[in-house]
Amino acid sequence: MAKSTNTWFREKILLGMTPRDYIISNFNVPNLIAAIFLSAGVGVMIYRLLFGLGPTTNLSDNYPWGLWIGFDILVGIALAAPGLTLGTAVHLFGMKEYHHFARPAILSSLLGYVFAIYALMFDLGRYYRVPYLIGGSWGFTSILFLIGWHFFLYTIICLIEWSPALFEWLNLRKLREFFTKMAVWATIFGVIIAGGHQSALGGLYLVAPAKLHPLWYSTLLPVFFLLSAVFAGISMVIVEGTITHRVFRRQLKHFDPAEYDSRTIGLGMAAASALFIYFILKIFDIAHYNNWAYLNTPYGYWYLVEILGFVLLPALLFTSAVRNRNAKLVRFTGFLTAFGVILNRLNVCIIAYNWYLPTSQKYYPLWSEVALSLGVVTIIVLFYRFIVNRMAILYEHPEYESAH
Amino acid sequence: MGISRREFLKRTATIAGTTLLGSSAIAHAYEKGGPSIFSTGNTANRKNWKIWVERKEARVPPPEEPYTVLVDTTKCIGCRRCEWACNEWNKNPNRPIKEFEASVHQEKSVFDKVRRTHAGEFTVVNRYISSKDGKPIYVKKQCMHCEEPGCLSSCFVDSFKKTPEGSVLHNPAVCIGCRYCMIACPFDIPAYEYYEALNPQVTKCTMCYDRITEGGVPACVEICTAEALRFGKMSELINLAHERIRNNPGKYVDHVYGEHEVGGTSWLYLSSVPFDEIGLRTDIGKTPIPKTSKGFLFAVKMFEIVGAWPLVFGAYYAISKARKKVKASHETSVQKGEGHGEKH
Ligand code: SF4
Ligand code: SF4
Ligand code: SF4
Repeated sequence: MAKSTNTWFREKILLGMTPRDYIISNFNVPNLIAAIFLSAGVGVMIYRLLFGLGPTTNLSDNYPWGLWIGFDILVGIALAAPGLTLGTAVHLFGMKEYHHFARPAILSSLLGYVFAIYALMFDLGRYYRVPYLIGGSWGFTSILFLIGWHFFLYTIICLIEWSPALFEWLNLRKLREFFTKMAVWATIFGVIIAGGHQSALGGLYLVAPAKLHPLWYSTLLPVFFLLSAVFAGISMVIVEGTITHRVFRRQLKHFDPAEYDSRTIGLGMAAASALFIYFILKIFDIAHYNNWAYLNTPYGYWYLVEILGFVLLPALLFTSAVRNRNAKLVRFTGFLTAFGVILNRLNVCIIAYNWYLPTSQKYYPLWSEVALSLGVVTIIVLFYRFIVNRMAILYEHPEYESAH
Repeated sequence: MGISRREFLKRTATIAGTTLLGSSAIAHAYEKGGPSIFSTGNTANRKNWKIWVERKEARVPPPEEPYTVLVDTTKCIGCRRCEWACNEWNKNPNRPIKEFEASVHQEKSVFDKVRRTHAGEFTVVNRYISSKDGKPIYVKKQCMHCEEPGCLSSCFVDSFKKTPEGSVLHNPAVCIGCRYCMIACPFDIPAYEYYEALNPQVTKCTMCYDRITEGGVPACVEICTAEALRFGKMSELINLAHERIRNNPGKYVDHVYGEHEVGGTSWLYLSSVPFDEIGLRTDIGKTPIPKTSKGFLFAVKMFEIVGAWPLVFGAYYAISKARKKVKASHETSVQKGEGHGEKH
């Protein structure tokens, strides 16, 4: 018995190596960097638990939310939208040709949500009370309440969507069958739930009309957040695809570059449409609030950088790339778009918030805040790698191929 | 160790900040933190919430009318006794009253900087210079006790309550510490115990619920000898405010701040200069904060409850159709002998 568990462990966890070989195989530069980030991040986590938010962050009564909400939650969840976009494309619109992308997308959504919530625990003052939210004290008028519940549900949904890969790995055929059926339903509910909370993240700032800079404040904030989550999700699929195809090359036995490029270009097209709609809505928004005058202020210039450099430009680049069938340019623009979404979320949460305060009173993250966020990103990457190396994420499990 | 390093960092940051602003060394010393920022373990909010629960359970009838405080900034002499009294009553970190009273005469004082409320400081008095005659105007700041509070609607565990007496109370016993209420409050009032690691609370002025339910007046009102603060029934004080404006032509701006701001508040202000010059924002509008998110919440719920179902079934239909197609194409491809098994 002990022996069989041993071989199981070796096959499943250590990739068939002996413990010694496994450990040796993990001594390399990327892992060293990861270890540094990880230990800094974990150090800050412990420090935060022992000494509280005051010494660990630059947060203040004027800036109750900083990098941990801005980056870990607003950015993190937006970039964790691949599951939403690809789930919709494959399961709702029946675009089966994209199903190769679906599993990596779902895995990144799952990890994105789980660790966004994990990071949130360090920002919440009394993290141990989170169960109150689910079981008892309900603030129905709160947008945050809506988000809390949706996160909870969506993480379960992602788990279900991802579980077939898990059961293939564990070789539990019956369970896998059952959950594959569930996954279709989970995806459909997932689209609804994810749409709800992606927009609600923008909705969070609806209650701060006097605090958010007029160029960023709008009653359309939820729509903007939802739309940008759509193109964030698509560009993350492109970005991840680009990275994983480099790093995990040897897993892709039937890899067909021409097919892959044409799928990438298809994704670029979808992203371009979402970006254009977003851009036009933004212009309407400025016109509606008659905010033109604000454009000629420092905040206005910054706004223009965001909207021209990271919305209009990627939209045009995507369009041109699709026209010239240039997959490389699509990949580059994917990175640009994802970066633009990061910029947008940080603008809303940090830069445009309490914009009227003098610079000396504005918030900027403390090094420890950055370290914790980087630590969480590292954990996500490590988990992603761990799972991709073991389960059928990028390829189809040889024994289950026919199921698709 | 952590705190001392933090303090050091803060100090350096403030030195940089104050040289930039060119303001005084005292302001800098104050910014260093002061006990009110580091304050933890406040009991006032918990205590007042308990009183509310007890009164609710005992079914104490509500007063015929909610209470209000009228702040006449033209009468305030800047003695800061209200700050002292508030700290005293709510057991916040305090100093001898003389030090508070002295500020107004000091060349360099806490007035050099505009302050806000903090964890151990439910009210602060700020100084502004009148654009009319160059004289100082002193303005007390505390929770406005909104009729429709932003803090209340934003809290996801429902920890706030607008009482029939007028107070907006907070229940630290359920608060998770997300600090969303601090984002939602248009007056920047709720403060947070950032230096408490395990049990940090949100704190704010309670309008001295524990005193007004016993027939008293708030501690700050009681100690004010300049008659700048007046406690009473809402309709009476609104009338009094307008009367003062009418009877003293030219003295006041013809507006009672708080009568309509964000849907009305239980604290009202009178001023001789436009309100935005004395730190009371005039750009917050008349719409209650809860209204700004209501439409969206409604839309999401409607979508998820009503709109989503056709979508779900439509999708299911689409899926099963697609499935059949795939099957069919499989069969044909098998017949034709094409192998594209790697894809399906
Ligand atoms: S002033 Fe702020 S804290 Fe006070 S009741 Fe209004 S929203 Fe709440
Ligand atoms: S910090 Fe506490 S009181 Fe404020 S919204 Fe969050 S849970 Fe509610
Ligand atoms: S009403 Fe009470 S709690 Fe509020 S400022 Fe006055 S003394 Fe302080």
